[in-house]
Amino acid sequence: MNHVFASLEILINMSVLVYTESENGVFKKASLEVASYAKGIADMMGTSVTAVAVNGGDTAPLGTYGVDKVLNIKDAKLDAFNAAAYAKGIAAAAKAEGAQVVVLTQSANAKYLAPLLAVALEAGYASNVVSLPESASPFTVKRTAFTNKAFSHTEITTAIKIVGLGQNAYGLKEASGAAATEDFSPELGDFGVEVQSVDKATDKVSIADAEVVVSAGRGLKGPENWGMIEEMADILGAATACSKPVSDLGWRPHGEHVGQTGKPVASNLYIAIGISGAIQHLAGINSSKVKVVINNDPEAPFFKAADYGIVGDAFEVVPELNEKLRAFKAANS
Amino acid sequence: MKILVCISHVPDTTSKINFTDGDTKFDTNGVQFVINPNDEFGLTRAMWFKEKQGASVDVINVGGPETEPTLRKALAIGADTAIRVNVEAKDGFQVAKELAKVVQDGGYDLVIAGRESIDYNGGMVPGMLAGLTGANFVNTCISLDVDGTTATATREIDGGKETVKTSLPLVIGGQKGLVEESDLRIPNMRGIMMARKKPLNVVEPSGAETETNAVSFEKPAPKGAVKLVETVDELIDLLHNEAKAI
Repeated sequence: MNHVFASLEILINMSVLVYTESENGVFKKASLEVASYAKGIADMMGTSVTAVAVNGGDTAPLGTYGVDKVLNIKDAKLDAFNAAAYAKGIAAAAKAEGAQVVVLTQSANAKYLAPLLAVALEAGYASNVVSLPESASPFTVKRTAFTNKAFSHTEITTAIKIVGLGQNAYGLKEASGAAATEDFSPELGDFGVEVQSVDKATDKVSIADAEVVVSAGRGLKGPENWGMIEEMADILGAATACSKPVSDLGWRPHGEHVGQTGKPVASNLYIAIGISGAIQHLAGINSSKVKVVINNDPEAPFFKAADYGIVGDAFEVVPELNEKLRAFKAANS
Repeated sequence: MKILVCISHVPDTTSKINFTDGDTKFDTNGVQFVINPNDEFGLTRAMWFKEKQGASVDVINVGGPETEPTLRKALAIGADTAIRVNVEAKDGFQVAKELAKVVQDGGYDLVIAGRESIDYNGGMVPGMLAGLTGANFVNTCISLDVDGTTATATREIDGGKETVKTSLPLVIGGQKGLVEESDLRIPNMRGIMMARKKPLNVVEPSGAETETNAVSFEKPAPKGAVKLVETVDELIDLLHNEAKAI
């Protein structure tokens, strides 16, 4: 019986395709998470998982998280990200594999290429999805909407479905297996957009990739006081972030602004220091799992949205916390 | 240069979000609507192109008559003409397809849309519009200059930024950075008076289909009370042993 089903699958050639991003050939944690998620969907649908990678290195980690097959697009022209060309390559992979579902992360690059991919595949796209499909037919997913103030149960009605999985929404799930890797050389078409320069701090964790985000607000009184915030980020391997007023005042770069009009945060731990917690800020960081607030105003609205809080002066609490976190890390690593 | 700025009509950022009709519709009762903040940064940058480089700036919304005050506000800020595609916006693809028709018929060189609307957060309209019209596309754009048919843009990437060169026709997914918060314009009385006389053209939809359907909505479960601690030792202990976060 199983044998018959297996042959049928091959005949109709359907699969779940997952785009696994890599940096310098190394697959990012978010890629292993979407691989796990694609495996979850494939299990629901009784099919297999194919990953598509661009200049991917060692693909063994993908197998560990449920990928059966990897199509690796190797092309030096793709060393710099190009949304149009990447979308075209992924679309070709989806067609070659007869993919019914395509899974992406919600990295800046994935969000950039997703709508181009949707047009190429005439596929409906649901972004910011937070869990496995609620049903495979109709294909319905739960996603955040109203900047994390609500969820929407969204049905995708097209033959091919594209799902953008929110960061840390599903987690990593190991599955025993090995991925067979094949080179894949699709037509890439016009690039249209050419990268001139990239300005990226290589020694710092980005907010999108961070497990822990340390964020500070106007309560810090001035940009000269950020040393202790950077120190905490350093101890915890965290990214630094800030509130909107702080970026508007120019105390910190815009890229650190988190909230409704800034970057969304979906880290495991979010530590807010001297941030009152305006509704727009809370909306942007709501997807973080554990929230800690340090603020000298017990009435700060952030306390209502937090899991843990210390009412106290940041200039006293943070240095002590840094010292003890450093000792804790030394003892627990 | 002919610029089209896409304007989403969204609840003000401070709005309380509620649903009605058995959680199938957003409850607009008591909600104030504004220009989507990501679109407003783009509109303000478009005003710069108008004033410094002689561009024309039209604004467009896909939606019912209730969105017209938001389009009038864009006219009061300085746009020349507003267009409303007279159909309820149901999903990102339908909106992008309706916009694509207007963009192609109108021969626009540059289309600026917000990277996402703050209500449905689909983040797909600008990219789909580029895909449907064959224009170049730069998302999460934080600076944009145009010289002839060449454009130089900076986009936010994870952990930094990237400068790119491209050419018109171009679609931008814009956000804060295209202009600063302090550059945003509050319509003055003269602008408001002039906006009343500017054309707001209502065009009938081309009948674009949808690809997704928001079946129902749900609010997050209410949050438990915060645990206030007195000492940092206690905090570290809870984060390690209870929350398993460090």
